Amino acid sequence: MSDHNSNTMNLTLHVWRQKGPNSPGKLETYEAKHISPDMSFLEMVDEVNETLIKKGVDPIAFDHDCREGICGMCSQVVNGVPHGGQDRTTVCQLHMRSFKNGDNIFIEPWRATAFPVIKDLVVDRSALDTIIQSGGYVSCHTGGVADGNALLIPKPEADYAMDAAECIGCGACVAGCPNGSAMLFTSAKVAQLAVLPQGKAEAAVRVNAMTEALKDCGFGNCTNHYECQASCPKGINVKFIAKLNREYLKAITN
Amino acid sequence: MILDGKCPTGPIEKTWDKHRFDLKLVNPANKRKYKVIMVGTGLAGGAAAASLGELGYNVEAFCYQDSPRRAHSIAAQGGINAAKAYPNDGDSIYRLFYDTIKGGDFRAREADVWRLAQVSNNIIDQCVAQGVPFARDYAGYLDNRSFGGAQVSRTFFARGQTGQQLLLGAYSALSRQIKAGTVKMYNRTEMLDLIVIDGVAKGITVRDMVTGEIRAHMGDAVCLATGGYVNVFYLSTNAMGCSVTANWKAHKKGAYFANPCYTQIHPTCIPQTGDHQSKLTLMSESLRNDGRCWVPKKKEDCGKHPNEVAEEDRDYYLERKYPSFGNLAPRDIASRAAKEQCDDGRGVGPGGRGVYLDFSASIKRLGEHTIKERYGNLFEMYEKITDENGYKRPMRMYPAPHYAMGGLWVDYNLMSNVPGLFVLGEANFSVHGANRLGASALMQGLADGYFVIPYTIGGYLAGIKPGDYSLDHAEVKKSIEDVKATNNKMFALKGKKTVSEIYRALGKVMWENVGMARSDASLKEALKEIPKLREEFWTNVNISGEGGELNQQLENAGRVADFLEFAELLSKDALTREESCGGHFRVEHQMPDGEAKRNDADFCHVAAWEFKGVGKEPELHKEPLKFDNVHLAVRSYK
Repeated sequence: MSDHNSNTMNLTLHVWRQKGPNSPGKLETYEAKHISPDMSFLEMVDEVNETLIKKGVDPIAFDHDCREGICGMCSQVVNGVPHGGQDRTTVCQLHMRSFKNGDNIFIEPWRATAFPVIKDLVVDRSALDTIIQSGGYVSCHTGGVADGNALLIPKPEADYAMDAAECIGCGACVAGCPNGSAMLFTSAKVAQLAVLPQGKAEAAVRVNAMTEALKDCGFGNCTNHYECQASCPKGINVKFIAKLNREYLKAITN
Repeated sequence: MILDGKCPTGPIEKTWDKHRFDLKLVNPANKRKYKVIMVGTGLAGGAAAASLGELGYNVEAFCYQDSPRRAHSIAAQGGINAAKAYPNDGDSIYRLFYDTIKGGDFRAREADVWRLAQVSNNIIDQCVAQGVPFARDYAGYLDNRSFGGAQVSRTFFARGQTGQQLLLGAYSALSRQIKAGTVKMYNRTEMLDLIVIDGVAKGITVRDMVTGEIRAHMGDAVCLATGGYVNVFYLSTNAMGCSVTANWKAHKKGAYFANPCYTQIHPTCIPQTGDHQSKLTLMSESLRNDGRCWVPKKKEDCGKHPNEVAEEDRDYYLERKYPSFGNLAPRDIASRAAKEQCDDGRGVGPGGRGVYLDFSASIKRLGEHTIKERYGNLFEMYEKITDENGYKRPMRMYPAPHYAMGGLWVDYNLMSNVPGLFVLGEANFSVHGANRLGASALMQGLADGYFVIPYTIGGYLAGIKPGDYSLDHAEVKKSIEDVKATNNKMFALKGKKTVSEIYRALGKVMWENVGMARSDASLKEALKEIPKLREEFWTNVNISGEGGELNQQLENAGRVADFLEFAELLSKDALTREESCGGHFRVEHQMPDGEAKRNDADFCHVAAWEFKGVGKEPELHKEPLKFDNVHLAVRSYK
């Protein structure tokens, strides 16, 4: 099959290579040739990896899975910006048409104290799971719950909860934050559950437990840079951080 | 051998209630003595692990992703069905049951489907209780929409991200159990073998994908909730890591594989742009509620800008062929119709592989704002990938492999023919027959996980002694050695081809010969080509690096090696099934108007295959299907 768009380009990549968690890493330079503008960014890296394998060089390790912007697995800092800086776009949905022939592209892993590098561009994000495990749920057992319409939820509140719930847990907010804070991630879950009647009962316990976990996992504090919102591929709004702070204040003063 | 699904008998409405009562129970104080291994943590596995943990069982759960929140259930867009009948439009459990049996082209078990329809309502309640933000109306009530293949509005949704929200609900329940210590979670861990001792499933052998360690985990029962296998086509809507590996390893250890030829090709996916393509992106079929499918009537119009093709020169082929269902015809029918138009030379876009999905009429009727509110994220996604604005010009769509109705054979209790091995969700074959209806996959995953396995696994565990296994058993050591030997063999090849090159070649063979339309000749061609590719893989593949570290080439190679064996079984099943039904279309078996022609006299059965060795003839076992409630009829959507 011929390519949709035949104006291919040649690029120079500078990619962070790191053999393991305790090895030093450095930027290596590779050429990416005949790249179609219709390719996704990860397909471009696939192509480079194929040429590396043929040359006997260990291919670049990177996390990815759904490649449609929803699983949250892909995680690359492209030219200094998590996910490459296109509005509301994960790196797997970034397309090469936003680059031009001859460009130099720098590719690095998420960098944060709480996200140690495993290999190359792959980092350990299990700290985000730990935050959810600390209280990011409604404590209901399977079975024996009320009918879905028993508690009415006005549309604005349902929409507000959904806006927060769209977070894909990729960790770009942490990578973008100068403090390495996971405040946007944490606040999105706190806000979603605090606004819903099902989650209200545990709101105080939840916000306390989750902010405590945030500290324990080695994330930094929030100092209102708003880089998190700018980095977020789902456009999660910093207003949820204000909501978390309000919930926290309510919890400690009650 | 004639297989028995052990379905309860009697009036269908009573089957599940009666069966639940008949199942033995495990004493609450004894539950923690039983260990359950859960492989896969998507909707089915995540819900099951959480629910079993809540009951007090000791659960070990495994996923290949870095977090259980990332399973591919997350990508489901459109919604989840339930028979709530909130809109007062004539829906009922019986109707959902009926629609699912009919939609599956009469190739699913009645009792299993009844149970699915019955528990569908509990699922919605459960998810709401977890804080899943389903769409609501201004009065605060749950909102519904109609969805492909249904004439009632029974689909619940959370914008275009229903799968994500349901998975995050299950993930939150799972996280709560991890915190409580009832579930131990192993991320970035891939199952590479099933351990069977004296004919009973007792554990799994896994590879830690970070350290490369190969080790065994033992338990009183093993559950596979490992999803579907349509990545056998290389390009599909599945995530890159989805594979047949867990199922195939279990199959090689004795579990029967049922109806592998039932694969679903989804009608609305973004067309491929070139050979670099690594996956295909699905656009929810909910788009067909407001979008109209068409192609130019005249071949010479195919190259034109779509807005320049006059209304009278457009062929709204679904509305023409299926006046009563129109653009909402079931997936298999809509996909085949799209392919027919393209094969007729009237396709649009690169390679002529595309049809238009046009929203202009709906935008005129409802306004762009309403369309944006309904599908905004889908239009955004479409524009990111294609650089085209779906509000201004029709989208281009083409069918792509999406879902596997086939899977490991299970009885009514979701247990395979290997005692102690349970299979949940897409990984089993049980409820969708030969074709799955829209918004039913999420329903099945959560039904199996929240409301079926917690009961049925108890019936099995109550009959066995807890902790009756040991890591020192010879079978455990052998399994670990076998996995290591396979990996070493792959490293030693040092050939010339990359794993991806062989994988792409396999995908091409499968898509062209075993894809949307299959013939005796094409299937025989596939059966000739697949062993050649397998041979090439095992002599000429090149995998660099080492086993004792994160090595994505090794992971991929293992999965492709299994696809190269499984592809043969899929083709064999398709060749043996001399009829067309649901997603399985044999060109030799069609009505004069091109519709699928079933052969109920000879093929009203589940085909369950027993493994006899790589490249050896598998043995076919049949489970006859009986229809006591829904009359076997020709499926018509006209």
